[in-house]
Amino acid sequence: MYSHGSESLIKQAREIQEPELQKFYSRLVKLLQVKELKATLALHIMDDKHDSLVSFKQSGDPLPIAELDGSVSGDFFTVLCVGQGFTEDQWMNVYSFSMLRHWLLSYDTVSSSSTVVDTDDRSEVEGSVVSMVSATSSSSRLLPPKERLREKAFQYCQRLIEQCDRKAQKKADTELQKACLVEAVCILDCVCVQDPSMVFRAFPCVKALFGRLSSDLSFARVLVPITQFYLNHGELAAVDCGSVWKLVFGQFPAELFNDPFLTHELLRFLRLNLESVKLRAPEFIRFFPNILKFLAWNSPAVVEDFVDLLPSLVTAGTAVELLHSLLDLPCLSATLVLQLRSSCLPLSDPGGRGLLSLDAFRNPSFRGFFLFLLRTESGDTMDRLNTLHELLAEAADWPRVVQCSQAVPVLLHVYFNTVITVKRDNPFFTDLLLGPQVRLNTSSSAERLTFTLTRLSRCYRVFSCHLLRFCKLRPSLVVDQSRELLEFAGTTANVYRKEEVYTHVVWLLGEYLSASTDSRCSVSLITSCFEALEAVLFEITSSAPPPGTVCPAPRVITSLMSALAKLASRSHDLIPRVSLFLSKLRTISRSGSVPWCDDEEDLVAIVTRGEELWALLKAPSVAQSVLTPPPYVMTPRWHRDINLAMPLQLRVLTNGLLPS
Amino acid sequence: MVRCFLIHTVCPVSALSAGESRVLYSRVFGPDESVLTEQQRELSPEERRLLHKEKISVVAQVRSAIFLSREASSQLLVETVLGEEAVAMQDADSGVVHLRVGDPFTAEMSALWLGVQSLGFTLVCEPHENLLLAEGTLRNLTRHCLENLHMLGQGSEQVLLKSNRIDVLLSRLLSHGQLLFLNHRFTQILEKEASAYTAK
Repeated sequence: MYSHGSESLIKQAREIQEPELQKFYSRLVKLLQVKELKATLALHIMDDKHDSLVSFKQSGDPLPIAELDGSVSGDFFTVLCVGQGFTEDQWMNVYSFSMLRHWLLSYDTVSSSSTVVDTDDRSEVEGSVVSMVSATSSSSRLLPPKERLREKAFQYCQRLIEQCDRKAQKKADTELQKACLVEAVCILDCVCVQDPSMVFRAFPCVKALFGRLSSDLSFARVLVPITQFYLNHGELAAVDCGSVWKLVFGQFPAELFNDPFLTHELLRFLRLNLESVKLRAPEFIRFFPNILKFLAWNSPAVVEDFVDLLPSLVTAGTAVELLHSLLDLPCLSATLVLQLRSSCLPLSDPGGRGLLSLDAFRNPSFRGFFLFLLRTESGDTMDRLNTLHELLAEAADWPRVVQCSQAVPVLLHVYFNTVITVKRDNPFFTDLLLGPQVRLNTSSSAERLTFTLTRLSRCYRVFSCHLLRFCKLRPSLVVDQSRELLEFAGTTANVYRKEEVYTHVVWLLGEYLSASTDSRCSVSLITSCFEALEAVLFEITSSAPPPGTVCPAPRVITSLMSALAKLASRSHDLIPRVSLFLSKLRTISRSGSVPWCDDEEDLVAIVTRGEELWALLKAPSVAQSVLTPPPYVMTPRWHRDINLAMPLQLRVLTNGLLPS
Repeated sequence: MVRCFLIHTVCPVSALSAGESRVLYSRVFGPDESVLTEQQRELSPEERRLLHKEKISVVAQVRSAIFLSREASSQLLVETVLGEEAVAMQDADSGVVHLRVGDPFTAEMSALWLGVQSLGFTLVCEPHENLLLAEGTLRNLTRHCLENLHMLGQGSEQVLLKSNRIDVLLSRLLSHGQLLFLNHRFTQILEKEASAYTAK
């Protein structure tokens, strides 16, 4: 019955006409002002078709009421007043206040242009949502009902805020006081949004509240709506909000990162007000190392929020540091665990013994490393991260750290997607490419960094995918970074351990290391690259894989062969060397099995590719135009111009080169 | 407004196989979303029932949130028995899950949860709702359920038989899904009313 009744009530509420609404507001005003009701009051929340939902038939004289601290109440009744028993209108006061914000929010959009003054308060309105008979007096009678409701809500909230100063006798009421503070500030905000002229009256009260609560972290959750208030109205009231941002972005994440509710509320605040925060409190971006603590501590719960937030944290100034912070996220997670443990456990506690990382955390000589991870503002950089990774090695299988490192690849994707779309022409682009590369090269630190090999491979996949996208956008990056790329591609171990990213790097070198992409690309650079790749290819195809690893993937071998052929087509001196290798390959494969490839079909595919490339390289000029096609061939026009480039070349190839 | 209140199991219970979870009590507030959206108005009662049931699938998200949170904090669960409700409440872990649009509600929601031993108590409410108040209400409801229905230890099935008691409790403390600012005196009166009903 209840749900049926309320369903119909809500349906009706959606269809309420403006005049009815005005009347409802004036009734709500009276309910919020119970002290002034002296006469007998009969209230019915009636639904015209259904049974009465709440029905109070009679009422006695109001009983004496008291404040939560026991003193006698001298002002109108609120939800923070207690008594021996309650009259019906006091009950209605509670219900009305509980619903007040919802009403203000729901009917925010209804125009207040209509200035119908509710002249007949005593009439009973048949079929309306609320009908009542009452006798009342109101100080702000002359205002239209909606404005009067705002005015009354304003007074009610101010009184609530005053009442929250009193020390409640019951613990449950202390909690209620906090909830009331949140509600009161939210309502004040709502009222001020709807009627900006209220801002000047509301601000002193909110400001005083902030002053009172800002030093007490147990009121942190009340400060979230206060922050919202400052954000919405600080500009209008010309109030300096710096201390608010500093508290909320600087202190809260650092000290309350383990409060799931505060985390939820603060991240929701940021998500909903992102544009406004960026405009009015641009310094919040500076606090990103701090905000990331929420993620490091409780990544499964907040990773979705960060998918939304992360793009806003990427700016020219923060991009590089942010990338490193994301990679270091599991370390931050471990450090936060240590920080909490270290503050909870006394030095002599057996629970903390045996944890090398906890000892390190307490050791003054390593203090700098941990302070760096726990920094609240951006701007620092750190060398010798290897030491830090060694100190935290044992944290690799802590559940919280594992959960955190699972979130890293997702966020890296979001990060790179943002960088690529927003910051195409920024100079830091090069640094970004360099960042992952540096990490990739110093493999031992990279592994400790992301802790376990499985997730490491996921990170590599993200890097390699975005590495390709970066280089497609700015091919000259390959020349810029040729030294790092070559160092990576020339290390045979990477073939076995970082197969995916290795294949991509080899492809990049083969594709973009050419004079047509970048004039700085010299013959000697091509030759040195050729030699590095040749050495690797020779090594992996001349012996069995090192113990503990599987055979290299056929894709790696074919990419290496293609890359060598491409480079050779640009520097013809190198052609004999490739041809020699390819012909050798053919001879070897004739003899049957090879130690570096255990699948027959794979071997056939590799040899076929080798033969194709070999045939192609016999005509160097054709090879060059096929392997390094000029840009106009790449644009998809040739299917229309049959006399041009590609079809012609293909015909030459099929007729002249490959023996039928 | 609160959209639903749920009691469910969160970790292996003897009667269930591992990985299985059971909803012990569910109450959805407010109008059926299907009544309000044009395209769903045409649905048959059976389809509506399924849609309704789909909302309860929020349990899966809450269950994994509780699991992950317990895993992360690596705390060992201390088994409490009947009569130790206060201790169990104190040890309860809590959190909040952000439900995106359409997953499974048509609007964004916040799901507050309280994990007591093998039981989860969940309150799904609109995201702009006063979460401090919601948290207090959830704790209060949970305490009542634990105490009145003897849910700790082996007795959690009781709730299946006595769901009307929870109905009454909800109709007082969370009338129509409306979170109420009740000070201790108001709460006492409502609780007395509820217990008078159950004594009948």
